[in-house]
Amino acid sequence: MRTRSWRVITPLGLAVIVALVWFLPLAGQQQARPAQSASAFPAYKAPRLDGHPDLNGVWEAFVTANIDLEDHEAQSGPYPQMLGAYGGWPAGQGVVEGGTIPYKPEALAKKRQNVANRMKVDVSNDKAWHALGDPEMKCYMPGLPRATYMPFPFQIVQGSSPYILMAYEFATATRTIRMDWKQEAPTDTWMGWSRGRWEGDTLVIDVTGQREETWFDRAGNYHSDMLHVVERFTPVSPYHMTYEATIEDPKVFTRPWKISFPLYRRMEKNVQLLEYKCVPFTEEMLYGKFKKGAS
Amino acid sequence: MSHRSRFSAILAAFAAAVVIPSAFVLAQSASPAAPKPAPGASKPAPAAAKAAPAAKATRAWVAKKTPWGDPDLQGVWNDATSTPLQRPAGKGETVSGNEANLFEEQLANDLSRDRRDGGPEVDVNRAYNEHWMDARRLKITNDRRTSLIVDPPDGRLPPTVPISAERQKIRAERQAAGARFQAGMPNIATEMSLPIRCIIRTDSPPYLPTIYNNDFQIFQSPGFVVIGPEMIHSARIIPLDGRPHLGPNLKQWLGDTRGHFEGNTLVIETTNFRNDDTVYQGANPETYKITERFTRVADDSINYEFTIEDPTTWTKPWTAVVPWNKIDPKEQMYEYMCHEDNFDIVHLLTGARAREKNPSLNLTKPQTQR
Repeated sequence: MRTRSWRVITPLGLAVIVALVWFLPLAGQQQARPAQSASAFPAYKAPRLDGHPDLNGVWEAFVTANIDLEDHEAQSGPYPQMLGAYGGWPAGQGVVEGGTIPYKPEALAKKRQNVANRMKVDVSNDKAWHALGDPEMKCYMPGLPRATYMPFPFQIVQGSSPYILMAYEFATATRTIRMDWKQEAPTDTWMGWSRGRWEGDTLVIDVTGQREETWFDRAGNYHSDMLHVVERFTPVSPYHMTYEATIEDPKVFTRPWKISFPLYRRMEKNVQLLEYKCVPFTEEMLYGKFKKGAS
Repeated sequence: MSHRSRFSAILAAFAAAVVIPSAFVLAQSASPAAPKPAPGASKPAPAAAKAAPAAKATRAWVAKKTPWGDPDLQGVWNDATSTPLQRPAGKGETVSGNEANLFEEQLANDLSRDRRDGGPEVDVNRAYNEHWMDARRLKITNDRRTSLIVDPPDGRLPPTVPISAERQKIRAERQAAGARFQAGMPNIATEMSLPIRCIIRTDSPPYLPTIYNNDFQIFQSPGFVVIGPEMIHSARIIPLDGRPHLGPNLKQWLGDTRGHFEGNTLVIETTNFRNDDTVYQGANPETYKITERFTRVADDSINYEFTIEDPTTWTKPWTAVVPWNKIDPKEQMYEYMCHEDNFDIVHLLTGARAREKNPSLNLTKPQTQR
């Protein structure tokens, strides 16, 4: 087989193949070395829409950051005696630059407490309503940056108005990005107050005014009402973007820290966000003890 | 536009079901004769033309286009009006300006939170309600229609058809749950309405005005129109590329919407509704079809027209037209959280459990009278 193939190849063709065999892996190696960065791909200029890079599409992160932003081993997940491998959580490499979130010592204790309480809820007292439990488990809007790395797709809807919509499948959360907007957050909200601007091909979003009750992941990583997130969406190819978020919160962290990972365009011809209205999945857990005959 | 942390759907239902029709009846005696309807208003079809605020506005308006050539509907719109869905008995198609003014005054008075004629407890309730009221809710449509329904021409829902035994059973169960709710005795969260449970509120079509937060932000991108209703922060993403609907076994609370432009009108059609009290007035999702048309008729106005067909619920299709008005650009649409702080659902359930133990706590009148 092989001999026959060689025989029919012209000298010129052979030269090309040899060149490819020799140089492609080398070129690949050289470019692939900074594996996390945009430089692995040839310089890319996104198509324009109304003069700006066109980020429209359905996107999804394929990282396990929602389980833990830092390195984590595979875990059984909750109630393995009931759920078996259905409930398992995969291992994952962290997305935090430098590997570790720079907690203040007292804040690290709170994070550990969050982990211990992540599956507990008690809504019998309005004032302590949010004291326990991972908001994800309660189907609360995830806030930023968590919404971006939930294991669900989200859609960017960018037109010619000063508003860009990001619609997330999880909990049908949405946020409006106000472009070149001056006004500060009028009040705290679950998805925060997003103000955007273009820096070259990068959409930079400044997020403030987030409710302090959101978490970053199931590992109890959290923040205070001082959270300030700056996100950067940079198209790298027609099919993916890099996402970076710088997280600042002087009450909880010793310094600003950064996460980054790629976002991939969902390519299915019929792709669309489907409903994930998870409220009904939580009602027995949250309100079951108040139903007739429960106590 | 109020940012909500606690809601009063009870009051909304009260206003929609009780106050508005009665206010109309009160206003009725004030004006003996309705004047000639606004130009175009007496023509039976097309319905969209009927609801144009004024003929000159329609003529002068040159439809804006997006950079990619679609009619431009982007912006934050509000569909509040006091014009009821159905025409009150004895009313003409429209009312005179004078009668409209009287109606609005009467409605404002009925809903007024500052009348000081009901004693301290009533005053406090009214003050609470005042906080949530959307003042736009007091205005009847610019064309002074007496019903949002434009077809059938009598402005009323068509007669219903007999429904199956199975649907009768479901309705009876829902009515019983509703009665328990009104008596302050709900059994369990899942028997309460979808809005109380924070699953859907004004985001499921048809879009009809309610007591507050009647805002919708329209976003557009090449190939998509997205309607973002304020309640509950869901995005109704409408592909315009002619793709087929979701498969028949994939149902959603908001259904599955596909759209296209006919001239300057966005025409959208929605199927795949879930079978749990999602479609309008307990219609049958298996046979229910809703078609909605959005036509921008002025810089600050969209005609929203919808037609509902369901041969196993109504004898014929019916159509309503609701004007959408652009809100002041200085105002914004803010996040409407609901489930995250749904304290009420716990209060309602713990109240019921307390009444079970101590019947002296039973309500003397239904919760809707609050």
